[in-house]
Amino acid sequence: MPAMQDMAAEQPLMSVRDLTHMYGNRTGCRDVGFDLYPGEVLAIVGESGSGKTTLLNCIAARLQRTSGTVAYQMRDGRMQDLHALSEAERRFLARTDWGFVHQNPADGLRMSVSAGANVGERLMAVGQRHYGRIRETATDWLGRVEIDHDRIDDRPGTFSGGMRQRLQIARNLVTGPRLVFMDEPTGGLDVSVQARLLDLLRGLVDDLGLSAVVVTHDLAVARLLSQRMMVMKNGRVIETGLTDRVLDDPQAPYTQLLVSSILQV
Amino acid sequence: MNTEARAFDWAEAPAIATYNFAYLDEQSKRMIRRAILKGIAVPGYQVPFASREMPMPYGWGTGGVQVTASIIGPDDTLKVIDQGADDTTNAISIRKFFQRTTGVRTTTATTEASIIQTRHRIPETPLTAGQVLVYQVPIPEPLRFLEPRETETRTMHALEEYGVMHVKLYEDIARHGHIATTYAYPVMVQGRYVTDPSPTPKFDNPKMDQCPALQLFGAGREMRIYAIPPWTEVTSLDFEDHPFAVQAFDRPCALCGADDVFLDEVIMDDQGGRMFVCSDTDHCNGRQQAGHAGEQET
Ligand SMILES: Nc1ncnc2c1ncn2[C@@H]1O[C@H](COP(=O)(O)OP(=O)(O)OP(=O)(O)O)[C@@H](O)[C@H]1O
Ligand SMILES: [Mg+2]
Ligand SMILES: [Zn+2]
Repeated sequence: MPAMQDMAAEQPLMSVRDLTHMYGNRTGCRDVGFDLYPGEVLAIVGESGSGKTTLLNCIAARLQRTSGTVAYQMRDGRMQDLHALSEAERRFLARTDWGFVHQNPADGLRMSVSAGANVGERLMAVGQRHYGRIRETATDWLGRVEIDHDRIDDRPGTFSGGMRQRLQIARNLVTGPRLVFMDEPTGGLDVSVQARLLDLLRGLVDDLGLSAVVVTHDLAVARLLSQRMMVMKNGRVIETGLTDRVLDDPQAPYTQLLVSSILQV
Repeated sequence: MNTEARAFDWAEAPAIATYNFAYLDEQSKRMIRRAILKGIAVPGYQVPFASREMPMPYGWGTGGVQVTASIIGPDDTLKVIDQGADDTTNAISIRKFFQRTTGVRTTTATTEASIIQTRHRIPETPLTAGQVLVYQVPIPEPLRFLEPRETETRTMHALEEYGVMHVKLYEDIARHGHIATTYAYPVMVQGRYVTDPSPTPKFDNPKMDQCPALQLFGAGREMRIYAIPPWTEVTSLDFEDHPFAVQAFDRPCALCGADDVFLDEVIMDDQGGRMFVCSDTDHCNGRQQAGHAGEQET
């Protein structure tokens, strides 16, 4: 398997070891470890309450871990323990090198300003001060997520759910991040809208060579977007592997139930 | 409105004479002075302070009043303006308050004042070294409009995350074709803290830059004090292709003919007659006394 060899030769973009998060004495996630390679999409699946969001928030440094390490390959190639970064460095990383797509677009958008301002905000945050160029870039990005450019001055409140989600994606990708975290990006959308969004996401991930960690309880989303997946239950990873392998030949009894759709919500 | 105005008439409150000099007790003044000193040391940074109850409602500028009360001494000469005028209800009330509680000399002449308390304007007459301009501030936090959480705005200031300030200006241009913000126009102080000059017109922003006078800001209800020390760089935020510009008026003052001042529209009669005159009444009177005249048409 030459592909595997290439990956092994390369340094992971993110390397997680023994990651545990406790909410008091309740387990959020426990002893999780994985490597994410550049350009790879990893899906985290599992039933409600299995710890997917907790894990995602921990690796995106939005939640303080209880123990374990999350190392991230900085742009200069150095592996950096995220929890050793200062808050300023973490927030800078989060708004330049990362994206975070929330299930509920209202959590990731500024609902009180226009679509153009939503897309332009990160550019302004990193110091761009030319209105015309910011607007040009915003227009370009709206096009890439299939939002009509004449909606640029409309507020997200006037958009459909699918458009809001696409706007959230554009807002995240405008600074050219290397890694995007997504928590149920298609949750709450109609099936046909989901399909279109998934197509779009897949295209963007391919075009931009993005790495992504996608939380979903929808196995179809995992199948379409990810190369690898992890199955979680009660805060632990119970099975991990190439997506097609896990879905076509599940090893853990729980995964077998999940795949045979008995457990699917 | 009526009751507020009555509660504020110091002529009817002789008991005030039994209060401490400038009303506040010495311990409160010391606490406020410490906040002021901190503010001067970190220009543009909002210093929290334990705002004291003042014998007037918050909307009347209790923040500015507390700052003035903490720095005023018997040798000071006080000027109080509201909308540029010395003779509005609010300005008169605050002036009376300090007359009664300190006995200091008051003036309407900008050049004679050592302390000027203001709500909406910076005087047209250039300020000089040794003067102190005290602003009454309603909302000190420039990030508030897009980020209501106090913990978050503090972090944003600490980390200089000021992208949202330009988001607001972007929205202005997208909506109106130009930056339409005319009051409380945000400034960057000494290249570090984004600060709200609120609620002065942006016309006055350039006067804040490299000003020889000390500028102190007090927000009573919000319990914040901030400062711009003399000779500090104050820049108005803008875009390269939409640079900051002050309001321009298409005519001079009808009374004194000044064409480089901020004008107010005054309704003359119930026929709809109106004219534009200096909002800074002291400046206008001074020019008229010096022989300048406007067209005074109605
Ligand atoms: N803020 C919190 N305080 C206490 N317990 C929490 C908190 N957030 C999550 N938990 C608990 O941690 C466990 C994992 O929750 P998490 O939200 O990570 O699951 P999830 O897999 O994302 O579920 P869902 O699919 O419903 O979003 C659950 O038992 C949950 O009750
Ligand atoms: Mg979740
Ligand atoms: Zn005049």
